[in-house]
Amino acid sequence: MKALHEMGVAELGRALDAKEVSSVEAVQHQLERLAAHAELNTVLGLDPQALEHAAAADARRAGGERSALLGVPIAHKDIFVTRDTPTTAGSKMLAGYRSPFDATVVARLAHAGTVTLAKLNCDEFAMGSGNENSAYGPTRNPWDPSRVPGGSSGGSAAAVAARLLPAATGTDTGGSIRQPASFAGITGIKPTYGVCSRYGMIAFASSLDQAGPLARSAEDCALLLGAMSGFDERDSTSAQRAPQDFHAQMLTPRDGASAAQPLLGLRIGLPKEFFPKALANDVDRAVRAALAELEKLGATLVDVSLPRTELSIPVYYIIAPAEASSNLSRFDGVRYGHRAAAHGDLEDMYKKSRSEGFGAEVKRRIMIGTYVLSHGYYDAYYLQAQKLRRMIADDFQACFSQCDVIAGPVAPTVAWKIGAKSDDPVANYLADIFTLPASLAGLPGMSLPAGFGEGSMPVGLQLIGNYFDEGRLLHAAHAFQRATDWHERKPAGY
Amino acid sequence: MATQLIRGYEVVIGIETHAQLSTQSKIFSGSSTAFGAEPNTQASPVDLALPGTLPVLNRGAVERAILFGLGVGAKVAPLSIFARKNYFYPDLPKGYQISQYETPVVQGGTVEFFVAPSTGAGPSVLHTVHLTRAHLEEDAGKSLHEDYQGQSGIDLNRAGTPLLEIVTEPDMRSSREAVEYARALHTLVVWLGICDGNMQEGSFRCDANVSVRRPGAPFGTRREIKNLNSFKFMQQAIDFEVQWQIDLLEDGGTVKQATVLFDPDSGETRAMRSKEDAHDYRYFPDPDLPPLVIAPEWIERVRSTMPELPGAMAARFQRDYALPAYDAAMMTQSKAFAAYFEEAAKASGQAKLAANWLMGEVSRRLNGEAIEIDAAPVRPAALAALIGRIADGTISNNGARQVFDALWSGESPDVDALIEAKGLKQMSDTGELERIVDEVLAANTKSVEEFRAGKEKAFNALVGQAMKATKGKGNPAQVNELLKKKLGAA
Repeated sequence: MKALHEMGVAELGRALDAKEVSSVEAVQHQLERLAAHAELNTVLGLDPQALEHAAAADARRAGGERSALLGVPIAHKDIFVTRDTPTTAGSKMLAGYRSPFDATVVARLAHAGTVTLAKLNCDEFAMGSGNENSAYGPTRNPWDPSRVPGGSSGGSAAAVAARLLPAATGTDTGGSIRQPASFAGITGIKPTYGVCSRYGMIAFASSLDQAGPLARSAEDCALLLGAMSGFDERDSTSAQRAPQDFHAQMLTPRDGASAAQPLLGLRIGLPKEFFPKALANDVDRAVRAALAELEKLGATLVDVSLPRTELSIPVYYIIAPAEASSNLSRFDGVRYGHRAAAHGDLEDMYKKSRSEGFGAEVKRRIMIGTYVLSHGYYDAYYLQAQKLRRMIADDFQACFSQCDVIAGPVAPTVAWKIGAKSDDPVANYLADIFTLPASLAGLPGMSLPAGFGEGSMPVGLQLIGNYFDEGRLLHAAHAFQRATDWHERKPAGY
Repeated sequence: MATQLIRGYEVVIGIETHAQLSTQSKIFSGSSTAFGAEPNTQASPVDLALPGTLPVLNRGAVERAILFGLGVGAKVAPLSIFARKNYFYPDLPKGYQISQYETPVVQGGTVEFFVAPSTGAGPSVLHTVHLTRAHLEEDAGKSLHEDYQGQSGIDLNRAGTPLLEIVTEPDMRSSREAVEYARALHTLVVWLGICDGNMQEGSFRCDANVSVRRPGAPFGTRREIKNLNSFKFMQQAIDFEVQWQIDLLEDGGTVKQATVLFDPDSGETRAMRSKEDAHDYRYFPDPDLPPLVIAPEWIERVRSTMPELPGAMAARFQRDYALPAYDAAMMTQSKAFAAYFEEAAKASGQAKLAANWLMGEVSRRLNGEAIEIDAAPVRPAALAALIGRIADGTISNNGARQVFDALWSGESPDVDALIEAKGLKQMSDTGELERIVDEVLAANTKSVEEFRAGKEKAFNALVGQAMKATKGKGNPAQVNELLKKKLGAA
């Protein structure tokens, strides 16, 4: 038998079912690995009840219960509120904050039998793409500890890539699942907006935020997403539809496909705007090689266009901060969270508490958001951005009349060095160009390992599907992963 | 109709009313809306705006808004938008209030009511006030500034209570009109069952936008009097404000837009120490709530539950009971009042008499004891029985008042027994009355002569004597008739 940490979710589930290992053993092993690799700074808090929950999962299995996720250790991005552990959102503002309830995603995964080990580091309030904006220090990329793991779900990506956990949850507002998955050489999926409940996910930009899994493979993602998703009456933006078995959808063969050509007839659209001159050579090479592989598997490549790709950057960086400026107003030091030790009147208490509690990037986005919503600027910025957002969504629909899925790079480069962009927020924003369009349109997107580039750093391939087409994305990704082993590569030393 | 001017100025008033909707739970959470609980015992994670919480719209609040829209003949918007109104205040947990801004759920509509002429004489005049809109929003919590030794307490029980904010056009031209509008609106929302109307508890509170101008001039700058929670205060506040604005203008000043509060102790309005003017609420559509879609079927479902409205009922009272318009409006001042009237009118067959009694003795008693008609000790059947005895001549109006008092104080519920016990039965036996009339004529020859000489007053004196002789029990109509016959004047 492989070392426990070598097993992904599905594999571990099978080993648990076969009684080759117990959940307590698996959890104990991963807890030791988490402790042994503190250098990555992935963990913000450990769940003191993890072993108890593992024992309970073992008891459920002994009682005859069978579920792919029963007893599987996972951890949550610290943006999901949890009862058992504090929830900080990577911010000093919420240091030590205890939620009286579990996020719906957390509760659903627990119901499916997963065992929560920890809360994972992330950019403060999920604002960032390098995990450098955490109040609790940057997370490091296990492929090269001098580099960022991506963000904002950087703790999740680094921990899964380093085999400290089989899988973790993340959230994606403008690429925060896909980009760290790409930077860390793992698989992640952001489902269609509305597939996962946002209840208990600390809001960054409500119209964009979506939860999703980060794991080693499309299959593991399918298993987790099935458990995480579904209508929730506590989230009015949650999609009202029957529970989905993404794993079964992933395994369902295409009509007329063969074992050698499982993707026969699948039309993959390549937006020319996703392959600009400025795209780094190493990324371009890896992505094109992956596309060639998909072709071998039967897919047809189609040229398409998303003409407003570049505009998605200003559109996103108006809408997301606008919503954030309002969503973060509740952190005022009145009912919970950081309150300045010394302050004068009420106004002063607000100013000091928020100035001390929030980090630089959060403040920057609150300022931008407040500005674009202000009287006299609303029409010029926010309203224009909303119009463009609609047009960006329409552009995708035009593409989907020519193709079934869209493919391209996740990010223009591989993971950068920690600190390389800290003085240049705009450079950070520009790097989100390929993930923002699907976010603005509310479409599902995933990232899967597609090779390596500069500095032997992982490169991700992005697949974007039409609304509620997660099954098709996972099917294509699974076929790719059966034919390749990029997703099985792991960083040296882990 | 010419607008009444005050010191040469025309008064212009628009009213914004916050009506608390009578749902069991809050507009965006499942917490109870009951009044008076211990602080923060009715505040859920959603009401406290804990991280990760989201609003879910209470359909009961929407139904009440639809009912209101139908009740004022407004357009119920097929699609309306919830927006965030952003500002910081400790009793506003999210740092924004969820309201409706550009696209409210109720658009337009009218409220009609009668206003008695200011001189007190002449018929009441029907007024129509146009509504701009009515929108759904959540209430804030309360800041408690007492008992905390220099600190403030926050009670979030009220946070998230559903409100319907009802906004009029600047259609009113006097404090009396404003008050009558507010009364009519109050009647309507209570009638519809969408608001309990309790003004002491803040379930129905008004803001009055007041300005003055020379006739024909453009609208003056308005000042907004906030949180008027009684009709009396509303009238006092507007009257004071109007004089204050005219004084200012007459002194060469200009009115600056402001928010003011009315102090019932001093009877004055004063500007709030306010940062309001600097506020930029940064409204934008709330991304946590999809647009509110109201299908025609939903509106029809609500319409089918709608009670007969006061206006329609008043028209029916005029038609079926031949009541004057003013009486019909008075009888429909509340659902309970109307029901009482109809029961008494039907049972007695004397609708106008029933209306007179309700506007007279009954209302006097209700006002005196500050109770609602539901609590009146005299029930409609008893009032009808009493009216019946007036109509058939058994008792006089004076006697009836005595019986009414006895009924009210609970001496007995039986009208006839009370008449008997108090010896109030009128003398209607013609033989007996004739004998008394003859005696009176014989004993007052001087009056008889004067009457014969053309002095009408003398007749009244004879009636008085006759009534006195019957110890007040004589049926005045019969006494009159007999006297006229005997004097040959019939």
